[in-house]
Amino acid sequence: MIGTTVSSGVAVLVVAVFLTSCVEMVEALTIVLAVGHTRGWRSCFEGVAAALAALVVLVAFVGPALVRVPLATLHLVIGTILLIFGMQWLRKAILRSSGLKAKNDEDVRYQSTVAQLESSDSAPRRDQVAFVVAFKGVFLEGLEVVIAVITLGTSAHRLGLAAMVAAIAVVLVAIVGAVVSKQLTKVPENAMKMGVGILLTSYGTFWAGEGLKIHWPGGDAGLPVLVAVYLVVAWSFIVALRRSATVLEAAS
Amino acid sequence: MNSDRTPWIFRVLKGFAMFWWDFLVGDTPELFVAMLVVVGFIALCRIVWQLNALALIALPVLCVAALGISLRRAQRANRK
Repeated sequence: MIGTTVSSGVAVLVVAVFLTSCVEMVEALTIVLAVGHTRGWRSCFEGVAAALAALVVLVAFVGPALVRVPLATLHLVIGTILLIFGMQWLRKAILRSSGLKAKNDEDVRYQSTVAQLESSDSAPRRDQVAFVVAFKGVFLEGLEVVIAVITLGTSAHRLGLAAMVAAIAVVLVAIVGAVVSKQLTKVPENAMKMGVGILLTSYGTFWAGEGLKIHWPGGDAGLPVLVAVYLVVAWSFIVALRRSATVLEAAS
Repeated sequence: MNSDRTPWIFRVLKGFAMFWWDFLVGDTPELFVAMLVVVGFIALCRIVWQLNALALIALPVLCVAALGISLRRAQRANRK
């Protein structure tokens, strides 16, 4: 029983970190590819390397500091952050699935980055624009991965595992990205965002509750139950919104 | 012009604050506020009134309600 509970908690953690990292890295990769193809790869890779170095420094400072925070406070703060973040992702994914919001198109992101870069002046040796755009893209998307890894990993006492899963996701996305290059539209981003939204909201609810000293029936086994509840809720909202849109269309 | 004269540390701090604002509030301030209210209410239930069963049920129910209200707002805005 204990083994099952622990392994289901670990499985949810691994899936949550992996999916979050994949989604954010696909977004970062789109920007990097746009910069590299438009302005050349040298400054682009310098920007990527600088962003990765900045993220490593950030993790080195923030990671050990978090260990000193009392666990109940950590669970409450992290749970609340994950709840807000997870709800935002879940809301967006539901709106996209029900047709109320346009699906996120990596091609649009790619083309808008290319247009932005082409309108800037070029500098032949060290391209500052390419460096800054690549740096910002990787740093901001990477920061979200770092937050996910630190919050999920620290609260579950499995920071090493969370970091390893994120690293695997980053390498995997980089390899796949290098192979498929501009075909990032084929990545099922909305389905992945839906999964991440459900997992982060479930974790957020669970840990915010733990931080407030709520006793979940079955302990950690409450986590997969919350995942199932939010899955049903998301599906119900999608069905209701689609039905409402159909009724409105018929009426007009 | 002014931004060029601003010391880099302030620009970095401003950028960091902007990141957290976008990350937590973004275009859904109602969700941000609702989640803080929900957590505050659950804290009252559990810590002040000692009602574990109510807090246990109310936490996911109120989160779902907040999501529903936010989706309803988005649906109305979409119709306009």
